[in-house]
Amino acid sequence: MCLAVPGQVKEIFEAGGTRMGRVNFGGITKEVCLAYLPDIVVGDYTIVHVGFAISKIDEESAQQTLQTFHELGLLEEELGVESASGGLSASDA
Amino acid sequence: MKYLNEFRDGETAQKLFREIDRITTRPWAMMEVCGGQTHSIIRNGVDQLLPKGIELIHGPGCPVCVTPLEMIDKALAIAAKPGVIFCSFGDMLRVPGSHKDLFRVRSEGGDVRIVYSPLDALKIARENPDRQVVFFGIGFETTAPANAMAVSLAAKEKLENFSVLISHVLVPPAMEAIMTSPLNRVKAFLAAGHVCSVMGYWEYPPLAERFRVPIVITGFEPLDVLEGIRRAVIQLETGKHEVENAYGRVVSFEGNKVAQQMLKQVFEVTDRGWRGIGVIPKSGWQLNEEYRYYDAEYRFEVTGIETKESPLCRSGEVLQGAIKPTECSAFGTVCTPRSPLGATMVSSEGACAAYYNYGRFVKVEEIATACPVT
Repeated sequence: MCLAVPGQVKEIFEAGGTRMGRVNFGGITKEVCLAYLPDIVVGDYTIVHVGFAISKIDEESAQQTLQTFHELGLLEEELGVESASGGLSASDA
Repeated sequence: MKYLNEFRDGETAQKLFREIDRITTRPWAMMEVCGGQTHSIIRNGVDQLLPKGIELIHGPGCPVCVTPLEMIDKALAIAAKPGVIFCSFGDMLRVPGSHKDLFRVRSEGGDVRIVYSPLDALKIARENPDRQVVFFGIGFETTAPANAMAVSLAAKEKLENFSVLISHVLVPPAMEAIMTSPLNRVKAFLAAGHVCSVMGYWEYPPLAERFRVPIVITGFEPLDVLEGIRRAVIQLETGKHEVENAYGRVVSFEGNKVAQQMLKQVFEVTDRGWRGIGVIPKSGWQLNEEYRYYDAEYRFEVTGIETKESPLCRSGEVLQGAIKPTECSAFGTVCTPRSPLGATMVSSEGACAAYYNYGRFVKVEEIATACPVT
C-alpha cells in the first residue's frame, strides 16, 4: 500500500469539480486524482498512492542524490587508500 | 523508467555496500519502519550483502498486518449483510479473521469487490443507489488522504448509501511505542518515505531528541535503502541523533499541506489497537463528529464479536522486530501465503510473506552448516 512507483502526468482535466489527470507508469496509464497537487503540470513526475498523486518528484534533489552516489569512494580511490577494514565485513561471515 | 533505473543500478549499489562496510566499526541494529521497505530489502537481498554487524529489524509498517482482528471480524460481519457491497483493497481479502476471511464471505454469497482506490468504491455507490456500499479504509498516513477525500466527496454529494470502515494507524506513535518497549533493540530508524511525503517530517525531531535515536527518512528503491543505511551508520558511528532526509526527491520537511488540511477536516486522533501489538494511545484516526454519518461502525451495528487468534502465530513478535519470520515454527510449514495464520503472511508488505516469497526458508547459518565450504 505504501509502495509506489513514479509516473509522468500526461493530461489534466476536471471531473465533477475534482482535479484529475492521466498518469503514465512505464507504459500503463491510470486515471489519478490530482487534487492534492494543485501546482503539478503536464510532464511532471509524481508518486501515486491508491489513486491519489501525493508528491511531485523534485528533479534537482534526485540529481543531487545521484551525484552523492557518484562521488562516494572517489576520494579513497584517488588516494589509493584500501577499504579501511573496520573489523566487520560481509566476507567475515 | 525515469527515477527508477537510476536508483536500482547494481554498480552503484556495490559502491554503497563498500562504503557502508568501510565506515562500520561496530554492530548496529536499525529498523526500517515501512513494510514496503522490508519488501524491497528482502527482494533485493540488501540484508544479505550488508556488513555482518548491521542488522535490519523489520518494523510494524504493514497496514494489512496491524489492522486489529476485531476490525477484520467487523468487516466480515458487515460484508455478509444482505444488500451490502463491500469494497476493499485486494490485500485484505485473505487476511484471516477469527473464523474466516473476506474471500470466504464472497464464496458464501457476499458481494465483496476489490478496488484500487476509494474513488472506485464511491463510483460503485453512485451506480448502485439502492445498495449500501462500504469501503474498508485501512492504512497509514499514505492512504489516509485518499480515504478522507472519498468521505468528503460523499458528504458533498450527499451520497447516503456510502460509508467507510476506518482503521487508520499512525507511524510516529508506533515508533515511540517501539522505543519505550523493554524489548527494544533499535538504535536508528529508517523512516517511512511515503508516509513522510504526506506528513513531512516535522514530527520527528522531538522523537530523535527524546530517545537519542537517529532518524533517516528513507525511500524504497535499493539505492535509496542503502543511502538511508549509510547515513544512519554515519550518525551512529559519530554519536549523533539527528533527523535527516535521504529521500529529498519525494519528501519535504512540511509534507503535502493540502492533504494534511483535508486530513484535519475529516479525521480526529484516537487510541487504536494494533494486531499483534496491542493498543497504542493516540495512534490512529477516526472520522470526526461532522463526518460520523459516513462511519460504517456507526451505520451498521455489529455486536457479539469474540476474537480468536491462532495460538501458533507469532506475528506480534515479528511486527515488533523481536523475532525474524524464520524463528516461528509455523513459518513455511502450517503457515504459508496460501493458507496464512497471521496477516504478516498475507500482505506483500508483511515480513513473513516477503521471507516466504523470496525463498528465505532457512537461516544463513543453517545453509552454512548444511553445505560446508570445503
